[in-house]
Amino acid sequence: MNLTLKIWRQKDAKSQGKFEEYKVQNISPDSSFLEMLDILNNDLIMSGKEPIAFDHDCREGICGMCSLHINGHAHGPDSEITTCQLHMRKFKDGDTITIEPWRSAAFPVIKDLVVDRSAYDKILQAGGFISVNTGGVPDANAIPIPKADADESMDAAACIGCGACAATCKNGSAMLFVAARVSSLAKLPQGKVEGARRAKAMVAKMDELGFGNCTNTGACEAECPKAIPSRTSPASTASSSTLSSRTKSRTLTQTTEPRFLGSVVYIDN
Amino acid sequence: MSNIFTSSIGKKLIMSISGCFLVLFLAFHMCMNLALVFSPEAYNAICEFLGANWYALVGTAILAAGVLVHFVYAFILTIQNRKARGNIRYAVTAKEEGVSWASKNMLVLGIIVILGLLVHLKDFWAQMQLVEILGHHTNSYGLTPTDGAGATLEVFGNPIYCVVYIVWLAALWFHLTHGVWSMLHTMGFNSKLWMKRVKCIANIVATLVVAGFMLVVVVCCLRANGIIG
Repeated sequence: MNLTLKIWRQKDAKSQGKFEEYKVQNISPDSSFLEMLDILNNDLIMSGKEPIAFDHDCREGICGMCSLHINGHAHGPDSEITTCQLHMRKFKDGDTITIEPWRSAAFPVIKDLVVDRSAYDKILQAGGFISVNTGGVPDANAIPIPKADADESMDAAACIGCGACAATCKNGSAMLFVAARVSSLAKLPQGKVEGARRAKAMVAKMDELGFGNCTNTGACEAECPKAIPSRTSPASTASSSTLSSRTKSRTLTQTTEPRFLGSVVYIDN
Repeated sequence: MSNIFTSSIGKKLIMSISGCFLVLFLAFHMCMNLALVFSPEAYNAICEFLGANWYALVGTAILAAGVLVHFVYAFILTIQNRKARGNIRYAVTAKEEGVSWASKNMLVLGIIVILGLLVHLKDFWAQMQLVEILGHHTNSYGLTPTDGAGATLEVFGNPIYCVVYIVWLAALWFHLTHGVWSMLHTMGFNSKLWMKRVKCIANIVATLVVAGFMLVVVVCCLRANGIIG
C-alpha cells in the first residue's frame, strides 16, 4: 500500500505546531498502524530527519498508552480497539490519512502526537483507590459479591485511561473516565464504603483540571476502545453507580483480566 | 469539594431539573391549546381563568425563572466546554456512531427556541396577560385580552407566521428528542434496560408535544383563511 500521511508536528509544548505531509510506500495491509509509523520513522531517521514522536507501549490494547486521532476518530476508524490494534487493511491503497494528537485543554501537546495525560492520574490520586490496611491476602470468597455487581465492576474496570473519551467529547469532558473508575470500585463491597467521598473528590479534581461538563452526547461511548457505556451516569456516580454489563462480547475476554486490581487493595479480615 | 451550582455534575442536574420543569409546562400548555381545536369557547374560558390573577402571575414568574435558569446555565456550560476543548480544533472530524445531531447542537436549537419564544410572547403574552396587568381592556388586535381564540386567528391568518411557528416547533422537537432522555438519564434512569426506554419515551414525548402544538397552528391557519369552519 502507498499512503499519504498528514501528521501534526510540534517541536515542544511551547512551539506552534503544523501539519506535515509524508509518503509511505509498500506498506503491508497486515501491518499495524503503529508499525506503519515505525517504518516511516525508520525512513526519517535514515534520511537524518527528526522522527515523529507518538505514545505506545504494550501494543496489545491494554496499557492505555497509545492515542492518536486518525481521520476524525479517536483510535482510528475501527470500533472497540486501540490505535495499536488498528491494522492497515482498514485503509485503502492511495488513501490520505490525517493523524492528530488528542485535542483537549487538559491534555496539552508535549511533542508531535504525544500529549500530557497526567490529568487522569491526578483524578485517580484524588480518590480512585480504596483505603484499607494491607495484610495477608484474604480468601477469594470471603466476601460474597453478587455476580451482576462483579460483572458491572469488571466492565467498568476495563477502562485503560487512554483519554479517548475526553479527546472525543465536544465538551472536553472526562466524565466517562471518572464514572468508570468510580463505578468499578463502588460496585464492590470493599469500595462501596468510600463511594460518595471518592466520587465527590474525583469529580472536584476533574472540574479543577479544566475538563468540560458532560451533556450526554454519548460520543465518548462510541469512541471508547473498551466500549464502556455512557450510561455510567455521572449523576449516579455520586451515590452508587449503575454500570451494567456490556452487550458487546468482543472485549469480554479483556475485561475479565484482573487489571482493575491495580487500584484495589485487599481488605485484611 | 464541589457544590451543586459549580460542579459539573451539579450543573448537569440543574439543567436536568429546569428542563424537566419546562417539559412539564410544555405538556400542560399543549393540552390547553388542544381545547382550541375542539371549541374556541372552551379555550377562551381557559384564557379567562389563566388571566392576570395572582395564581397565574406567580406561575408565570416561576416559569420565567425556570427558563432563565436553563438559559443562563446553558451559556455557562457552553462557554466552559468550549474552553475545555482547547484552542486548536481537530482538522478532521467524523460522526461518532449512534450520536444524535441534536445532542451536539443543543445550544443552537435552544437559541432558536428562545427566539421563537420572543416572537410568541410578542404575539400572545403581550396581547393577553400583559394587557390585563396594565389594566387595559383591548389589545392591539382590537380584541379583549381574554379572547385567546380571536388572537390565534389574527396571528395564524398570516401564513408567514405559521411557517415561523412550525420552524420554531421543529427546533423544539430536536431539542426535546435529546433533552428528555438526557434529563431522565441524569436523574438516574440509566440502567441497561432503562436507557432504551428513556430514549423511546423522549421520542414519544417530543413528538406528542410538538405534534399537538403544530396541529393547533395548522387548524388556526386553515380557520383564519376560511378553509375549514
